[in-house]
Amino acid sequence: MTSSMPVLIEIDFDWCKACGICVNICPRKVLAEASDGSPEIIDARRCTRCLLCELICPDFAIRVGREK
Amino acid sequence: MTGVQSNSHLLLSGNEACAEGAIRAGVRFFAGYPITPSSEIAETMARRLPEVGGKFIQMEDEIGSISAIVGASLAGLKVMDATSGPGLSLKAEGLGLAVMLEVPCVLVNVQRMGPSTGMATLPSQMDVMMSRWGTHGDHPIIVISPCSVRETFELTVKAVNLAERFRSPVILLSDAVVARMREKVVLPGEVEIVNRVRPAVLPEQYRPYAAGPNGVAPMADFGSGYYWYANSSVHDENGYEATSKPEVATRLLQRLHAKIYEHLNELPQGEAFMMDDAEVAVYAYGITARAAKAAVRMARERGLKVGLLRPVTIWPFLSGLVDPYVSGLTALLVPELNMGQLVDKVREVVGGRSKVESLSRYDGQIITPEQILVAVTKIMGR
Amino acid sequence: MAKPAELASTKELIEKYIRRNGVPSIWCPGCGIGTVVGSMLRAIDHLRLRQEDVVIVTGIGCSGLIYNYLRFDGFHGTHGRALAIATGIKAANPRLHVVVPMGDGDCAAIGGNHFIHAARRNIDLTAIVINNQIYGMTGGQSSPTTVQQSRTSTAPRGHLERPFDVCELAKGAGATYIARGVTSNPIQLADLLERAMAHKGFSVVEVLSQCPVQAGRRAGRSEPWEMLQWLKGVTVSAKRGTDDVSLGKFITGELLKEDAPEWTEEYDKLIAIAGGRS
Repeated sequence: MTSSMPVLIEIDFDWCKACGICVNICPRKVLAEASDGSPEIIDARRCTRCLLCELICPDFAIRVGREK
Repeated sequence: MTGVQSNSHLLLSGNEACAEGAIRAGVRFFAGYPITPSSEIAETMARRLPEVGGKFIQMEDEIGSISAIVGASLAGLKVMDATSGPGLSLKAEGLGLAVMLEVPCVLVNVQRMGPSTGMATLPSQMDVMMSRWGTHGDHPIIVISPCSVRETFELTVKAVNLAERFRSPVILLSDAVVARMREKVVLPGEVEIVNRVRPAVLPEQYRPYAAGPNGVAPMADFGSGYYWYANSSVHDENGYEATSKPEVATRLLQRLHAKIYEHLNELPQGEAFMMDDAEVAVYAYGITARAAKAAVRMARERGLKVGLLRPVTIWPFLSGLVDPYVSGLTALLVPELNMGQLVDKVREVVGGRSKVESLSRYDGQIITPEQILVAVTKIMGR
Repeated sequence: MAKPAELASTKELIEKYIRRNGVPSIWCPGCGIGTVVGSMLRAIDHLRLRQEDVVIVTGIGCSGLIYNYLRFDGFHGTHGRALAIATGIKAANPRLHVVVPMGDGDCAAIGGNHFIHAARRNIDLTAIVINNQIYGMTGGQSSPTTVQQSRTSTAPRGHLERPFDVCELAKGAGATYIARGVTSNPIQLADLLERAMAHKGFSVVEVLSQCPVQAGRRAGRSEPWEMLQWLKGVTVSAKRGTDDVSLGKFITGELLKEDAPEWTEEYDKLIAIAGGRS
């Protein structure tokens, strides 16, 4: 299921250590690794707000917008 | 039975008097581990604390018990732990922790003959240097030593008060004789109570390691909403890690020392007995001071001008007890139940102004008045 | 179990509990400790514990630095002693929820004696044993949970000794709540931690966690994601029951929960009998 509206995903690059966990754990391949290893959002419309990336991030660096 | 009556004659051991002093000073948590000859303190606290709403816990080892009192002090209680030499070795870790966290606590060390398990039931004064330097790293420490049952009561109260005043561990240095002998004592109706200074500022403004006007930082009880970090690594005034900041480390160590060394006049100095015209002084503490006092009286009966200097605070070494008299002395005799520990510090302080002689005994027996008298007579060439 | 969306968002955690100037943390990229902290904070939040009623007590090692990033009353001190310190705090003020994150070395080696005795006493503390099977901070030495044959800096030819099973150890010692989580499942972990904190008595949550730098590198799994995949592979949920798949794996989930007299409550009864007022 793809939502019509893209989900707001914020990444705090001051806190992110580019460990790659969020990129790999995302079941919908919303994220990809940039050349420096940090995550980049490739398609926020695929996000189902499962929140795995946010809940597992060891550095509190990725935040997924919740539904209103 | 609910507690010991005031103003009545009691027959107490030093260990019982210690426990009673702690209760009267407001100690409400005691963690212990059994060890001869200190166990009666734990046993008395186990009986007495619930009667006043406090808690006693027997921990799994010596390290656990000193750790537990540090925890309870962080949560706001006045706390105590008691041990003897082999236990002191294990508590070295917790003592350093209490120094670094600046946690008020009292550790009683009833000295027995060592090293190692030594002679469990017999006295010594062999932990004098260990009590000063028994944990790693440069640190200040307050050590006070009683010579009687009555003084054990008084100095336990004092130890609790000093711990609260200076946010520091205080060692009460007793010995197997003072701890276990029974003496008739009259306990006072009221004792002086000192409580730690707690913060008067809002939590956002609280700095748990910033010295107040009395040299000591106010201490918030855990659970009172101040959210502070008791951190045993080098920390800034907020308690946060500063383990790679040399200037913070310098300030911290200087402040830890200054809070005590700039207030030495608040420590109990001790007693000068028959010192006004003395030519020879016996410098003695703990049980040995009892024999020394008897020896001084015997010497005076023989017309010898001998006096007693009896320090109560052993560490920091208070030269103020010695300085007023040293110019009139030909010699100081330092009898100790060890191979000569505090005598070196006396030599350093006297600095050649007078002879300093050691009288050692290290066989688990006490030094007698006669032994001291013989040594004094020999020094005086009589 | 709470649905992910019912757990506090990272934004909320940061606003309430995180000390911003502490972050980013000192931990290596992909270290599991940060994930455990996140689940721990979400458990505290979901239980609606008052912030001033929570104390975080840590020991020494990588996990010992947890407090540096948090806004609670906290302790960071001597190696292995966290549970003994916590015992004193709890005894002095039973109102407090004392949460004690430790590493496997901190808890099961140098702190082993305090661990078994806190369990025996059933004092109301929550021990979180973050088990990465290695001493990370000091450079990858063997720990009491290092598996046999694995290579560490003090076992360059393979580790000879058998590992502790931390949950079995806790069970034998008398803990009254025991669970095992894994950093690859932070939702289950938050749930287990919440149950542990809500439990009256000594609770233990072992968390299998990844140390990509000291353990993973020597095992050919230096990428954090590879470590998480490995953790997924060696764990199986308790709900599955015992079958061929679970054989030889770490069982995750709630492993034990029982009611037993709790130390501070029992002591308060003793005070009442003795005539004192607590």
